[in-house]
Amino acid sequence: MAISDDVLVVGGGVAGVAAALAASDRADVRLISHKQSTLRSASGLVDALGYAPDGDGPIVDPFDAIDDLPEGHPYERVGKTAVREGFSLFDDTVGDMYRGSHTDTNALVPTHGGTVKPTARYPASAAAGLASDGRDALLVGFEALTDFDAPMAASHLDAAGVPFDARGVTVRFPGEFRADAKVTRYAHALDRDENLDGTPARTALAETVKRYLGDEERVGFPAVLGDDDPAGVRADLEAELGADVFEVPMGPPSLPGLRLEDRLYKALEEAGVRVESGNPAVGAETDGDRVEAVYVDRGRRKVPYHADQFVLATGGLVGKGIDSDRDGVREAVFDCYVPQPADRYDWFEDDAFDDHAFARFGVDVDRDLHPLTADGSIDYDNLRGAGSALGGYDFAAEKSGGGVSLATGYAAGDAAGAAVAGATDGATIHGDTQ
Amino acid sequence: MTHTTEVLVIGGGSTGTGIARDLAMRGVEVTLVEKGNLTHGTTGRMHGLLHSGGRYAVADQASAEECIEENYVLRDIASHCVEETGGLFVQRPEDSDEYFREKLEGCRECGIPAEELTAEEAREVEPYLAKDVKRAIWVPDGAIDPFRLCVANAVSAENHGARIETHAEVVDLLGDEDRVTGVTVRHESGPGKREHQKVGSTEDIHAEYVVNATGAWAGQIGDMAGVDIEVRPSKGVMTIMNCRQVDTVVNRCRPKGDADIVVPHETTAILGTTDEEVEDPENYPEEQWEVDLMIDTLKELVPILEEARTIRSFWGVRPLYEPPEVGSDDPTDITRDYFLLDHEDRDDLNGMTSIVGGKFTTYRMMAEEISDHVCNQLGVSAECRTADVPLPGSEDASVLDEGMDRFGLRSPIARRSANRLGSRAEEVLSSVDPNPVVCDCEAVTRAEVQDAIEQSGTDLNAVRIRTRASMGNCQGGFCCHRMAAELHPEYDEPTARQALDELYQERWKGERHALWGEQLSQAMLNYALHATTMNRDADPAATGGVDYAAFDDGTDATAGGEGERGVATDGGDHGD
Repeated sequence: MAISDDVLVVGGGVAGVAAALAASDRADVRLISHKQSTLRSASGLVDALGYAPDGDGPIVDPFDAIDDLPEGHPYERVGKTAVREGFSLFDDTVGDMYRGSHTDTNALVPTHGGTVKPTARYPASAAAGLASDGRDALLVGFEALTDFDAPMAASHLDAAGVPFDARGVTVRFPGEFRADAKVTRYAHALDRDENLDGTPARTALAETVKRYLGDEERVGFPAVLGDDDPAGVRADLEAELGADVFEVPMGPPSLPGLRLEDRLYKALEEAGVRVESGNPAVGAETDGDRVEAVYVDRGRRKVPYHADQFVLATGGLVGKGIDSDRDGVREAVFDCYVPQPADRYDWFEDDAFDDHAFARFGVDVDRDLHPLTADGSIDYDNLRGAGSALGGYDFAAEKSGGGVSLATGYAAGDAAGAAVAGATDGATIHGDTQ
Repeated sequence: MTHTTEVLVIGGGSTGTGIARDLAMRGVEVTLVEKGNLTHGTTGRMHGLLHSGGRYAVADQASAEECIEENYVLRDIASHCVEETGGLFVQRPEDSDEYFREKLEGCRECGIPAEELTAEEAREVEPYLAKDVKRAIWVPDGAIDPFRLCVANAVSAENHGARIETHAEVVDLLGDEDRVTGVTVRHESGPGKREHQKVGSTEDIHAEYVVNATGAWAGQIGDMAGVDIEVRPSKGVMTIMNCRQVDTVVNRCRPKGDADIVVPHETTAILGTTDEEVEDPENYPEEQWEVDLMIDTLKELVPILEEARTIRSFWGVRPLYEPPEVGSDDPTDITRDYFLLDHEDRDDLNGMTSIVGGKFTTYRMMAEEISDHVCNQLGVSAECRTADVPLPGSEDASVLDEGMDRFGLRSPIARRSANRLGSRAEEVLSSVDPNPVVCDCEAVTRAEVQDAIEQSGTDLNAVRIRTRASMGNCQGGFCCHRMAAELHPEYDEPTARQALDELYQERWKGERHALWGEQLSQAMLNYALHATTMNRDADPAATGGVDYAAFDDGTDATAGGEGERGVATDGGDHGD
């Protein structure tokens, strides 16, 4: 039987999930994703806006700064109300798992390299580590975990001028672990409170750390403190150590990112969204102004997925929603237009952290998130873009990736749901965009 | 500050370190100075081909004969730096039969084992060859790691009493217009030069004899001495693929031309090259057309290169030289032979000889000849032993297989570590416990990184060339910061941070030329990891001025339940 839904969301990252959730109260929604989302590579922090496009920052209040963003920036496209709605959708979805919703103000979270970065929402597991908190901190690294050098990170925090003393120690994780054990191995040992040389893992770790703990009231670990039961692991460590415990977010594979992914997919399930993953969307069937179906490559054949409304949330260069070869850059599923310099050597700048054109690659959209053609007209009436597939912003420099995905995902999903429900114009649904 | 030595060698490439080793083994007191890292110039920027000589068998038979002779020597003395891949000269339908015959005969005339293969036989050796190739000649080309080879030469020289001083730039020559009596070097601070001797100071090094082994830079030393050395630097691009599309060196069998070779190298394959004369060996344009040419031309031999992932491109300069009376217009016409310029005979300037031209494959032979010359000047009669005595790391091949379980490593990692370290594997790998992997792409462990740091201080680019860490698919995105962390606490955090910045920028420089497809995706991921996750682009430690009190400190958080700020779940007995 033919596959047909009210709304088809293509892409399973934060933007796709937000779109699916936003549409789900008024429409039947299906979400398709190819591989694991890029959340496993992300820190698990959800940024709103940490720096202005001109580099000013760190920004204390991202909502204040949104008004000054240039035309074409995704936040400018959807408007401040949609940004608030996106975050509020997120807060409702993740509940106690995340903090930061009590204020518009950014938090500064220590990173595994020892610097601090501004973010809007942080996992509860990172909450005791905030850099504006004046309590002294002990950072604990594990000998075999090369991604987090605690003494060096502590010294880096000091160089960053944080208002507390940070001290770092490196310990051997108790028990016998291979030198190249994965971070999930540590997490599972703590989740299950495995017996390590006669002592439960949580106790053994606390005892290992206790002898190094001085007057510090909080202790930071690399983000390996549990996968299924991080709150329980943390609570036990806190009880044994007599100090608050926090995680320092790390790079891939990121447990906070994976935990967030789990929570988001649980929410999709609860909202009745059909989720399919494992096969790539490879093209679309279109009829003039409308998308009729998206083709999914199931190995032997291309299967059409029909819907009334479509959301393009396939990601950017990292998620492969934006594809390139030596001759140019394109959007991978609908072949939407991607603005780009003609010469490949203009895609980048000379220094690693310069203002690179490639960092802004993505589709241009109007204020209803319809992708635009090269001449500025709407590509398809029933297609909206969200997240990293959108161009015109550099999420890495701005620290705005999570917020843009939430705001545009929410707006795209909300408009798609409204269109299905028969609203005359999706644009009026989400507030102040005009 | 002054220092006195018998022989002062300028240049830390293959030739310079080869000379230092040769002379030191003959009992001569040697000091070598290099303005950058070892391999900083041409040696570190080649495609890693150990020539069979086949390449020169038609047009430059003297070079071809030298190549095959040295090819055998290096397989002996530097087995841990050589991979015996074999090589093919492949004829396409449009390539001339006459040249193919000349190549085959030329190889045989020069003593190069060469075997004609049909198209089918060639594809059995290299399944990815184009369907329409006509036939091929098999020759004993190989792949060689220039970094490890050069480092092994330097280590051997040191073991024989030499002083090897990197990051020491010659800023002046000592002596007068009749005689060179030494050099002034500057141990200057600057990129990659923090933790080395007497930073910022200058040092006079007096020497009985000076050898200018600076290759493409020889003319600049000549200028200081007031003599004319007409090196003609010629640039060539090399493009690195993310995996080995070929396991054999694949050459195009035609007279000459750009983009005619693919060299398998460790986990990668390197495409080469172009040949364009440039004015200045340091500053020359790195152009898009050169990279495109590699892929567009070499895909005629190996079609999957069109679809393959390119990870970076780099350029090197050849130190070409020809006697002034020849006057070639085209750099591809200039001989690859080397020339020993005795400035006493040539310019009435005593005490210095320059060596120019030549090829990496014949570095040892060049070093032997110039060392003979220097010993002659000094009245030293010791014989050259460099063709017979193995380099450090290659004495005993059997140790390469040891140490797998013993060091707690997964076997592919142990094998690759052992291959890189050669006979030093046990000593190095047993020095660190636990010994986790620092660079996943190239399977480089902490022990190797620490060993390299011991040799090269905080210069992570020097660590990179010794270990291959940060040279794989991710181009350092996942491991640069881990490598920097290995510097701490021996070196303080700002020093480690600066070393990280330099390595990361260096990795970026080469990656820029391969930014499309998978590698552009990787570049964006690297950028996101370092800018988003670590905020290294706006690091408050560098920018300063953060008003911490203005930001959320978590105190008003309303989310209830677990672990309110300052309240431990046991009721709070944490002593304030």
